[in-house]
Amino acid sequence: MSARENILNAIAMNQPELAELPVIDLASTIHYEDSFIQFKTVLESIGGKVELISHITVLKDKLATDKTTGNFIVNTIEALGDVDKYVALLPVFDLEKVEKAYVKGTLGVAENGAVWIYESQMINRLIPFICQHLILVMEKKNIVSNLHQAYQKIDVEKEGFGAFVAGPSKTADIEQSLVIGAHGARSVVVFVIE
Amino acid sequence: MTVKHADLAEKFIADEPRTDWHDDTLWFVREKRDKAAHGLPEWEQLREWASQIKNNTLSNLSNYLKEFEEKAAANGIKVHWASDAKEHNEIIYEIILKHGIQKIVKSKSMLTEECHLNEFLQHQGIEVVDTDLGERIVQFRKEPPSHIVLPAIHLKKEDVSATFHEHLKTEKGNNDPQYLTEAARQHLRNKFVESQLAITGVNFAIAETGGFVVCTNEGNADMGAHTAPVHIACMGFEKLIPKADHLSVFLRLLARSATGQPITTYSSHFQKPRPDQEMHIVIVDNGRSKQLGREDFRNSLKCIRCAACFNTCPVYRRSGGHSYHTAVAGPIGSILNPNLDMKANADLPFASTLCGSCSNVCPVKINIHEQLWKWRQVIVEEGYVAASKKISMKGMSFVFSNPKIYRLLGKTGRKVIHFFPFMVNNKLNPWFKQREMPSAPKDSFHDWYLKNRKN
Repeated sequence: MSARENILNAIAMNQPELAELPVIDLASTIHYEDSFIQFKTVLESIGGKVELISHITVLKDKLATDKTTGNFIVNTIEALGDVDKYVALLPVFDLEKVEKAYVKGTLGVAENGAVWIYESQMINRLIPFICQHLILVMEKKNIVSNLHQAYQKIDVEKEGFGAFVAGPSKTADIEQSLVIGAHGARSVVVFVIE
Repeated sequence: MTVKHADLAEKFIADEPRTDWHDDTLWFVREKRDKAAHGLPEWEQLREWASQIKNNTLSNLSNYLKEFEEKAAANGIKVHWASDAKEHNEIIYEIILKHGIQKIVKSKSMLTEECHLNEFLQHQGIEVVDTDLGERIVQFRKEPPSHIVLPAIHLKKEDVSATFHEHLKTEKGNNDPQYLTEAARQHLRNKFVESQLAITGVNFAIAETGGFVVCTNEGNADMGAHTAPVHIACMGFEKLIPKADHLSVFLRLLARSATGQPITTYSSHFQKPRPDQEMHIVIVDNGRSKQLGREDFRNSLKCIRCAACFNTCPVYRRSGGHSYHTAVAGPIGSILNPNLDMKANADLPFASTLCGSCSNVCPVKINIHEQLWKWRQVIVEEGYVAASKKISMKGMSFVFSNPKIYRLLGKTGRKVIHFFPFMVNNKLNPWFKQREMPSAPKDSFHDWYLKNRKN
């Protein structure tokens, strides 16, 4: 018999009598009066920054200014202008030099400051992780109170990859001292469009 | 058994200021967990849901695993099955050989620690670079992690500075965590860029979708998995959950229980490999199916590896992770490891005060302290305790079941402590270690009660 059959047989023999799944009652989970304020408070407590903007043109100007610095800036958002589609096939050696990336998020979660990003929004799975600084953009109406609501809105099977990103990369592995910028982005700013 | 918890703990506590620091630091993490938990009115409800979801998973595991395998395969992921650590390591070695891989990065995976993958590959002449900062530190020092979430918690920044000076040529005596972390960032970025294989653990695998979730704060799992042409994710079969919706329950609990964060920085949902990538999942048994059959101990398999039980444990905090001489230390390790090797780990269920704090903080409601107590009975029955312990237990049982003898011995004991204190205040009495013996009362409670009950 193969390892697979051995394992599955042993499990089938040893597993207890069927226990029912619980019903997750969303009404009993936390709900925030102002989920934007909650989102901002939580994300800023874990090292991120949140800025409320009235229109996406503000970011267009910001991106244009960033591009004049000579740094490697990547834009993946159509509404901001030309999308750098070529990063999909860029070797990691070059991606490693990305200074800043502009990425659209699907939704934000007020209880923990996380933003969901689909692979298609990243263009290349590495972008939100390998860039030195990450700019996330999303709409205010897409902030939900908690993770249960978030999973109702996203479909984890829709694409090959997706992630919740909550603030900059961090570690406390040296004597529990918090250091921002372990392996991933050193800073995360979330622009929320009203 | 070569080493025992008590002996190793004795070495750890020889450095008193460091023991106090370790104790305080982990308690601080426990307090952060409390704050995060109290921030959610539905916290206890979440624990109950998590517990019930895991109970359901364990009761229908064979079907869920088949469902997971089928979906994962349909998504282009290659699924492997390993009965034990040896098979797990060999499966990975085979993939390495097939691709002629030399550069490997690995993010945190307690399963690969349990299987001693790094040592196995080293014997084949293959080096694995651990990329979690804490794991890299202990890897440089040729030590195992001492905590499943905070691998280098037993070290001070001076130790890390000395280690990095030796291996990364950092400035001697520069103990600034920011500076040291930056050095590791630069060093490991090079390792990521040139990696040919990324090995990761799995926090949750979803039966319904065939996908899996990996959580990190540093981003090291993603840096490796999205760079290397081959990704191998290793999981014990108990990492399964039935539905994607259930992730909400577990992700809400995991980081809050572990470090008091509302969520880890990155919660990455892997569904399919990249177009140019090969993705493998190794599903490992290694004693788990046996544990599933032990009625008293099966729900230890509900564990999501948050380490809340470590941080709260008065024994762990004051004895350090290495004293448990196993990959998974702490209270949960002490109920998992006797299943793997009862003889070698017979000491672990005794490394506890049975205070029950571990069970109180467990996000999936494992009755850890009750299982510790039950393991003690199994271990004694199987004859894995020292003869001295067995004899003294028998003696105590005799004394406690004979009131007259008990009273006589109590009286004698009180007199001895009173008139001949040196009889107990000496090195031969293990209770005298690190403690002053209490002064003995004149009467026993029994005597006092007889005198006073009329009032």
